Amino acid sequence: MLIGIPKETRTGERLVAATPKTVTQLRKLGHEVVVQSGAGLGASFTDAVYEAAGATIGDGPTVWAADLVAAVNPPSDAEVATLHEGSTLVAMLSPHGRGDLVAALAARGVTALALDAVPRISRAQALDVLSTMSNVAGYRAVIEAAEEYGGMFTGQVTAAGKTTPATVFVIGAGVAGLSSIGAAASLGAQVRAFDVRPEVGEQIESMGATFVQAATAQQEVSADGYARELTAEQEQLTQAMYAEESAKADIVITTALVRGSAPRTITAAMVAAMKPGSVIVDLAASGGGNCELTVPGEKIVTDNGVIIIGYTDLTSRMPQHTSQLFGTNIVNLMTLLTPAKDGAFVLDLEDQVQRGMTVASGGEILWPPPPIQVSAAAPAPVAAAAPAVDPVEKARLEAEEARRTSMRRMVWTGLGVVLVTLAMTYSPTVFQTSFTVFALAVFIGYYVISNVSHSLHTPLMSQTNAISGIILVGALLQLGSDNTLVTVIAFLAASVASINIFGGFLVTYRMLGMFRKDA
Amino acid sequence: MLTSLVQGVYLIAAVLFILSLAGLSKPSSARQGNIIGMVGMGLALAATVALALDRSQRPIVVTLILVVLVFAIGASIGIWRARTVEMTQMPELIAMLHSFVGAAAVLVGYNSFITEPAESVHQVEVFLGVLIGAVTFTGSIVAYLKLSAKIKSAPLMLPGRNMLNLGALIVSAGLMAWFLASNSVIPLAAMTVIALLVGWHLVASIGGGDMPVVVSMLNSYSGWAAAAAGFMLNNNLLIVTGALVGSSGAILSYIMCRAMNRSFISVILGGFGVEGGTVAAGDVDYGEHREILAPEVAELLKDARSVIITPGYGMAVAKAQYPVADLTARLRHAGVTVRFGVHPVAGRLPGHMNVLLAEAKVPYDIVLEMDEINGDFPSTDVVLVIGANDTVNPAALEDPSSPIAGMPVLEVWKAKQVIVFKRSMATGYAGVQNPLFFRENTSMLFGDAKVQVEAILAAL
Repeated sequence: MLIGIPKETRTGERLVAATPKTVTQLRKLGHEVVVQSGAGLGASFTDAVYEAAGATIGDGPTVWAADLVAAVNPPSDAEVATLHEGSTLVAMLSPHGRGDLVAALAARGVTALALDAVPRISRAQALDVLSTMSNVAGYRAVIEAAEEYGGMFTGQVTAAGKTTPATVFVIGAGVAGLSSIGAAASLGAQVRAFDVRPEVGEQIESMGATFVQAATAQQEVSADGYARELTAEQEQLTQAMYAEESAKADIVITTALVRGSAPRTITAAMVAAMKPGSVIVDLAASGGGNCELTVPGEKIVTDNGVIIIGYTDLTSRMPQHTSQLFGTNIVNLMTLLTPAKDGAFVLDLEDQVQRGMTVASGGEILWPPPPIQVSAAAPAPVAAAAPAVDPVEKARLEAEEARRTSMRRMVWTGLGVVLVTLAMTYSPTVFQTSFTVFALAVFIGYYVISNVSHSLHTPLMSQTNAISGIILVGALLQLGSDNTLVTVIAFLAASVASINIFGGFLVTYRMLGMFRKDA
Repeated sequence: MLTSLVQGVYLIAAVLFILSLAGLSKPSSARQGNIIGMVGMGLALAATVALALDRSQRPIVVTLILVVLVFAIGASIGIWRARTVEMTQMPELIAMLHSFVGAAAVLVGYNSFITEPAESVHQVEVFLGVLIGAVTFTGSIVAYLKLSAKIKSAPLMLPGRNMLNLGALIVSAGLMAWFLASNSVIPLAAMTVIALLVGWHLVASIGGGDMPVVVSMLNSYSGWAAAAAGFMLNNNLLIVTGALVGSSGAILSYIMCRAMNRSFISVILGGFGVEGGTVAAGDVDYGEHREILAPEVAELLKDARSVIITPGYGMAVAKAQYPVADLTARLRHAGVTVRFGVHPVAGRLPGHMNVLLAEAKVPYDIVLEMDEINGDFPSTDVVLVIGANDTVNPAALEDPSSPIAGMPVLEVWKAKQVIVFKRSMATGYAGVQNPLFFRENTSMLFGDAKVQVEAILAAL
C-alpha cells in the first residue's frame, strides 16, 4: 500500500510524520512510501535522505492522493478535499473538539484514524502519540525554564562560594509531568511534585522527586487512568498548597490537563507572591493555561519579574526526536494494521484499540467509541475485601507463636545437652577425645564458612572437596598391612582419594585465577 | 617419637585447613586460601607417608612403590580432569569428586573392620562410616549422571518413597544390632547394599532445579564420611577436616534452601511442585507476550544508561558467558553501567554463575547478589534475563497459590524494560508459568542465548 507523508502546513510546525528510519520500517511491513518534497526539512531530514531510505519524493497532490496519508496535524479543508474516497487518514484529529472535521472526513468516505484518541490500555501504549508528545513537551519545558532562569539547576560548591540548587515544583504527574521531573532532577535541581491521584506518588518518587501532599486533598484511585476535577473542599486545600509551594519554588511547571481543558491551578495572587526571576512553564497553555496569567504561545514577564512561558509548540522545538518518536508510533500502528506484514491493510473494528481510534469509516461517523473501562493503576480489590485482621490481635498471636517456638527450641537443646553428656560419660576415653575434637571442629567450620562470599561458593565446594580427600591418610596407613586383601582395598581407596586431592585443589586454583577485579 | 612428630604435623595441617577455608571467604584472599590448603595437605601427606613406611608390615620398598603408584594415579587423573574440565561442567566434576570420597570412606571402613579388633564403639564407627560413605557414593553418582544429562533430571517418583527411606533406615538399625552382636561381615555387607540403594534413590527423587542443594548436601556428606573414618582410625586430623567440610556443606545447603524458601527436609524428600499438586494451571490467561529481535535489543542497549544482566542455567547450557562478557565489556566501554544480578540458586551449583562469569573475565565487583541488587531495579533502564526463569518470577511474591510462593526472587520487572532470552515459552524447572513474560515492559527474544547475544554484538 502507498503511504503518503505530507509537509505540515500549520505555521511554525517543524514535525514530520515519518523519518528516514521509520520509512525503512514501513517498507519492511510491505508498504511503499511517498514523501512530499521538503516535508522533513524542519526536522533536518532532506529529501535525499528519504530517498536513500527507500521513499519516493512527490509533490503535494501526489502525497494526498496516496492510499493512506499519515500526518501530524489535522488537515485543512482544502486538504480534506484532495483525499480520495476509500483512502485512510492517520493524524492527530482531536475528535472531541473538531466534530466538523470528523463529519467532513466521513462525508468524504475516508477512513480516519485519530492518533490522539488511542485508548489508554497497556497494549496500545506503543502507538499513543499523546504520551510521545507529552514526554517531549515535559522535557522541553525544563529546557525552556533553564534558559529563562538566572541560575544553575545544580547546586555547586566552588572556591568562590556555593550556590543552592534550583527548586522545581511540578504540578501533575502524567507523562509530561514525570518527564519534567526526570529532566529537572538529572540537571541537579531539587524537584517537588504534586498530583491529585494518590497512586502516582510512587512514580513521582521513582523519578527522583519529592511527592508533595495536600492534606486530604487527594482523590480516590481513578478507574480510567485520567485525573478528574476536584471537589470544592479538596480544591481549597490544594490551592493553599499550591500557593505555599510556588512561593518557595524557582521554577514551576504546570501540566494539568483534564480531558483537553486546563484547570486553573496558579492564580494571579500566587504569581504575585513568587520570587522575582522565577519561571513558570505552562504546559497546558493550549487548553487555556493552568496559570491565570498565561498567554498561550507567548512568553511574558509579570510586574514582579516572574517569567511565564506559554509556548504551545514545545514539541516542535525538538523536531528531530519528536518526529522520530511520532514516526515510530505510526510504524507501530501500521504493524497492527498490517498483521501479515505484506502491505495489506486490515482494519479490525472488533479490536478495542483500532475501534477507539477510528473516528470515521465507510461514510459513517464512529466517534465517540463505546467506553472501555481500563485500569491504569490496577486497584487491589482483593486486599480491601479481605477481612481486616486486628493488628493488636495479630501481634499477640505472633508473640505467642514466637514464645512457643523458643520454648520448643529450649526443650530440644536441653534434651540434646543431656544426651551428649550421658553419651560422653559412658563412652571410652579415646572416643571422648575424638568427640570433643569433632564437636569443636563442627563449630569452627560453622563460623568460618558463614562468612564466605556468595560468589565463592563453587570454589569453596571444590576446595572442601579436595580437603575431604584427607581420607587418603587413613587409606595410606592401611596400605602397608600384611593382609593382601587389605592392601588391595586400601590401594583402591587411596587412589580415588588422591584423584580427589589433586583434582580438587587444582580446579579450585584454576577457578580462583579467573576471579579478577575490575582493572 | 615419629608418631608424636606426625601428630604435631597433623595439628599444623588442621590449622592450615581452617585458615584455608577462612581465606576462601573473600575473592581477594581466596587464592592464598587455596595455596594454604595445598600446603596443609602436602604436610599431612608427607607425615602420613613417613608413618606408613615406618609401620609397614611388608618390606618398605613394596609399600613405597604402592604409595608412589597411588600418587601417580591420583596426580595424572586428577590433574588431567582439573585441566580439561569446562567451567560449565563444574557441577558434574564436583559431584564426581564427592563420589570418590564416598567410595574411599566405604573401602577404608571395610579395611578398618578387617584389621582392627572387634570392640563395640569401633564397630559402631565402622558401621556408620560405611553407611554414610555408601550413601554419598551412589548419591553423587546419580547427581553426576543427572548433571551431565546422562539420565533424565526429572524427579523419580516411586510410590511411598518416604516409607522406603524410613524402612531402609529401620532395617539398617536392625543390621547394626546384628553386627554388634556377631561382628560378622554379612550384616555389614547387607547394610552397604541398602545404603547404596538409599543414596541412589534419595538423589534420583530430587528434581534438577534442586541440584544446588543436592550438590552441597553431598559435599556435607562427604565431610561426615571422612569424619567417621577419623573416628574409626582414631585420627584427629580426619575428624577435624571431616567436621569442617561437613559443616561447610551443611551451611551451603541451608543457604540454598533459604534462597528457595524451602525447608531442607522438603528438598530431600521430594520433587519440586509435585507434592502440592499445583503445577500451574494452563488455563489462566496471562495475555500475550511480545517478541523482539536482536537488532532492536542492540538499539535499546545503546540508549540505556544502566543495564542489569540476570543469568541463569540457560546461559550455562548455551555456553553464552563469553559473548555476554563481550557485550558487557562493549557496553561498559560505551559508558553504560552494566551489572550482574545473581540469584543464589541460579545454575546447578552454588555460585555456578559466578564461576562462569569469572571464566569469561567479567570483573567480580560488578557481579552482585540478589539482596545487593534488588533495590536497584527501579532505576535500571534495561534488564537482560539470560536463561533464568523461576528466579525472576513475580508470581513468587504476588501469587500466594504459586508453588514457588515466598521464594525470594530478582525483581527484574521493576525495571523500565526487560528482555527475556528464552528458547520457547516453556516453563522452568518448577513447572510454573512466569507472568513476567506477559508484562507490558517485557519483550521476549527467542532462540539460543549464545546466538542471540552474538547477534546483538554484531548489531552494536
